[in-house]
Amino acid sequence: MPKTKAKVTDDSSPELMIVAKGLTKTYGDFVAVDGINFEVKKGEAFGLLGPNGAGKSTTMKMIASTSQRSGGELTILGKDPNQHGPEIRAHLGVVPQQDNLDRELKVWENLMTYGRFFGLKSAWLKTKIDELLEFAQLEDKRNVKTEELSGGMKRRLTIARGLVNEPEILMLDEPTTGLDPQARHILWDRLFRLKEVGVTLVITTHYMDEAEQLCDRLVVMDKGKIMAEGSPAELIKTYSSKEVLEVRFGSDNNKTMAKQLKGIGDRLEILPDRILVYTEDGEAALKKILAAGMHPITSLVRRSSLEDVFLRLTGRTLVD
Amino acid sequence: MSLINTGVDSAIAIAERRRGKLGAALFAGRPESVFLRNVYALKSSNWLVVLSGFVEPVFYLLAFGYGLGKLIGGITDASGNPIPYAAYIAPALLATSAMNGAIYDSTWNVFFKMHFGKIYQAMLSTSLGPLDVAMGEIGWALARGFIYAVGFMAVVTPMGLIRSWWGLMAIPAAVLIAFGFASVGMGITSYLKNFHQMDWVNFFMLPMFLFSGTFYSLSVYPDWLRTIIEALPLYQAIAMIRGFTLGYVDGALVGHILYFVVMIVLGLLFTTKRLRALFLS
Repeated sequence: MPKTKAKVTDDSSPELMIVAKGLTKTYGDFVAVDGINFEVKKGEAFGLLGPNGAGKSTTMKMIASTSQRSGGELTILGKDPNQHGPEIRAHLGVVPQQDNLDRELKVWENLMTYGRFFGLKSAWLKTKIDELLEFAQLEDKRNVKTEELSGGMKRRLTIARGLVNEPEILMLDEPTTGLDPQARHILWDRLFRLKEVGVTLVITTHYMDEAEQLCDRLVVMDKGKIMAEGSPAELIKTYSSKEVLEVRFGSDNNKTMAKQLKGIGDRLEILPDRILVYTEDGEAALKKILAAGMHPITSLVRRSSLEDVFLRLTGRTLVD
Repeated sequence: MSLINTGVDSAIAIAERRRGKLGAALFAGRPESVFLRNVYALKSSNWLVVLSGFVEPVFYLLAFGYGLGKLIGGITDASGNPIPYAAYIAPALLATSAMNGAIYDSTWNVFFKMHFGKIYQAMLSTSLGPLDVAMGEIGWALARGFIYAVGFMAVVTPMGLIRSWWGLMAIPAAVLIAFGFASVGMGITSYLKNFHQMDWVNFFMLPMFLFSGTFYSLSVYPDWLRTIIEALPLYQAIAMIRGFTLGYVDGALVGHILYFVVMIVLGLLFTTKRLRALFLS
């Protein structure tokens, strides 16, 4: 992670792919995105993290030029989506939250028709399709109807489809939601490869491990606002302690025990089922608790993660 | 493999070529790519369903033209010339089937693609504009209408029901009619939220089919009702095709054609606006 940071600061003028200033989207009285600022640099994997309803998908739609902003400024590759929507969309690959593959078509036909929507020639697309099917590990599914694919395959095909126009920016809205662990790992591997060849990734997720795995830099959003920004390591360093001690005293006792735990660790987070003790040394904190005569039902010492940052910033657990 | 394209014919280069042109945000100049998608979908769909659109007007013709026509005998036109009943209703059935086909395509099919297939959402996340989608979809409805019209004419011409060489014009006329209905229909469909509301479309279509001078002349109506019926698109459609197949070519035909030209232009504007509001707002 420090390496990435050094690279960015060393480069005096990193190419900015996306710039948002005071970006706002309202639906009637409801403010979905509330004046956010961020920049995405070339070749970076940028994450938008937040609970459901935080405004992630709305932000993605505005970048993808399928939703017009209500206020603020937004430029994608120096172009304003309000004026150059179709042009910007030619730069982008879009992988929506819900698969919108064409169920009436076969796997290769999905790629062919999508490429044609961009005006690409079918002779060129034929070789491109071979390449993309190999990339998505779907070569043997070429002539299968899309509806017969598994969830993981559908998602890989949607990503392959998003790459038909050889985009500079690939937008992924919750790319692994609903996939089993194996399918997720295959997908992450594919996304890493894209990053290696220089594709800029913009990813929304509510999986903390995914954000830590994939993103160079991310923003945490809540209620339409950006709560924090940085690399996963920076965020953990700034908003959490080195280690976390998780103790359980039983659902009914956690609240009363929390009073006795005061003074142990840097900070406490009381969840319905457990208490989190943020500390530089988890084992030492546990010893203190035991020495004070408290006996948790279970205890666990672990390294701090983005989930802890998330809890602190949005003040809630991820319930989806 | 190279994933970032810098070539001349990249998607970006193609999109940038339209910069500064009128309506560049709405139209990418590629409705044929939307049409092509339907060709692919048709290849793997049920051909019997496609065939049904052709069979329906033929069945009506047999039942009413020949079955009922036997009881009626012939009718006379405004100048007193006798016309066989089947020859009187054949053009009306062609006009109706052009309307039905276009409405079916632009309501049921479009509704499905909009809400369940999310086909338009996918199309409009590429560099296509809403007008490309509208024109491609409507073009598809027209191609279908054209084939049905040719098929219908191939059946009725040998029966002697086309009484003038002007009758050939019935085919482009049927396409024009389908164009009018499809362009308005797609815009209306964009307002519908569920399948029940689709019944409202049928609720208007059936009486229009029965009372628009399909089976008898409007002269049976009182003047006020006649004026209302004459303003409806199906009456205009029937009068146009009947003019051609019976060979009554006069100034009234120009009026019927203009009616549909206006309907098409307004329909396209309306549909494009709606697609933009739904998917790009």
